[in-house]
Amino acid sequence: MTDDLIDRLAGELKPAPKRAVSRKLGMGVVAGALLAAIAMLAWLGLRPDLAEAMFGMMFWWKFLYTAAFVGLAFWAATRLARPGGSLRNPMMALFALIVIAGAGGIAQLLIMPPEMSRLLVMGGSALVCPFYIVALSIPVYAATALAMRRLAPTNLPAAGLAAGLLAGGTAAWVYAFHCTENGMPFLAIWYTTGILISAIAGAIVGRWALRW
Amino acid sequence: MTTAPDTEARLKPLMLAALAGDKAAYRALLGDLGAHLKRYFARRLSNPAAADDLVQDTLLAIHTRRDTYDPAQPFTAWVHAIARYKLIDHFRRLKLRTTLPLEDDAALFAPDETGNATDRHDVEAALGTLPDRPADLIRQVKLEGASIAEAAQRTGMSESAVKVAIHRGLKALTARFSGGADDR
Repeated sequence: MTDDLIDRLAGELKPAPKRAVSRKLGMGVVAGALLAAIAMLAWLGLRPDLAEAMFGMMFWWKFLYTAAFVGLAFWAATRLARPGGSLRNPMMALFALIVIAGAGGIAQLLIMPPEMSRLLVMGGSALVCPFYIVALSIPVYAATALAMRRLAPTNLPAAGLAAGLLAGGTAAWVYAFHCTENGMPFLAIWYTTGILISAIAGAIVGRWALRW
Repeated sequence: MTTAPDTEARLKPLMLAALAGDKAAYRALLGDLGAHLKRYFARRLSNPAAADDLVQDTLLAIHTRRDTYDPAQPFTAWVHAIARYKLIDHFRRLKLRTTLPLEDDAALFAPDETGNATDRHDVEAALGTLPDRPADLIRQVKLEGASIAEAAQRTGMSESAVKVAIHRGLKALTARFSGGADDR
């Protein structure tokens, strides 16, 4: 029985494509990001002052922070999509990224006059921002999870966490094209909250969504 | 699965050759892994058929997911992680199959006990109006589900005497609670 199987498998062997893990995951993320972008455009719309905002610093801070999150979470996901992969190094890098954003937020609060603090922290959309990020992360998570199931995650909660971070980061990047907030503290608190909620949900759902 | 350095040194070059498309190396690799996996699962499962299934399942997973092996990492660790995942997956399925349906049945077909407490209270009050012996027999056979034979053994009466006592007791209760007219 087993010998027949081995004969069959050896008979149909083809050279393995290189970099298959990052290619499959990358395709999943791009597909998910497209879905999230369509949802954002149809549901929320681009910020009306986008062209103007692109000349300001804050738009690019949001762009860079969320893009860095996507990059690090992608690194985590490529590790966890392989048998025996570990989360440790990517998680430390992600933690450092959040600390940097938090330090930026505190610096801005110290530089700006105290009567600005409330606006910088809460803006006008503090509570809906994490909600929108989590909602937009759902299609990205679905596409990423489908890609991951075709690979071989063996620690499902950790792989789900990585997929959730990736989905949350991508959703936050997409959401930044809608959001008109201008505070570093706002970015550090509410964007991060949305991404982390997506990550926790991803870890919980991953236990069964990532079975293969 | 052994993770001795010589095993790693023997298997990893075979895997690298297989990834490049070398069928002979791949056949040798799978044969070697098959023997390792057989020991690994046989030691952990009491059912030899299930262990055989897992060996094949794991070989198939190694085959279809061979592109997830990163040549920078140890090969034996990669195989071990897959074998362990398959073992855990097996236990998870087994648990689902053997315990969940039973629990489900019990919950689905359990008698509805809401309202039983008050009913039981009324019955006890009614039985209290009977002499001790028939009341006790009715309680044992009709409420607690004992058989006539069990009740007979417990009380030291004959089975027919138990039947008669229960019948008379129930008749007396019927008479009392149907307004006094004994028409049966």
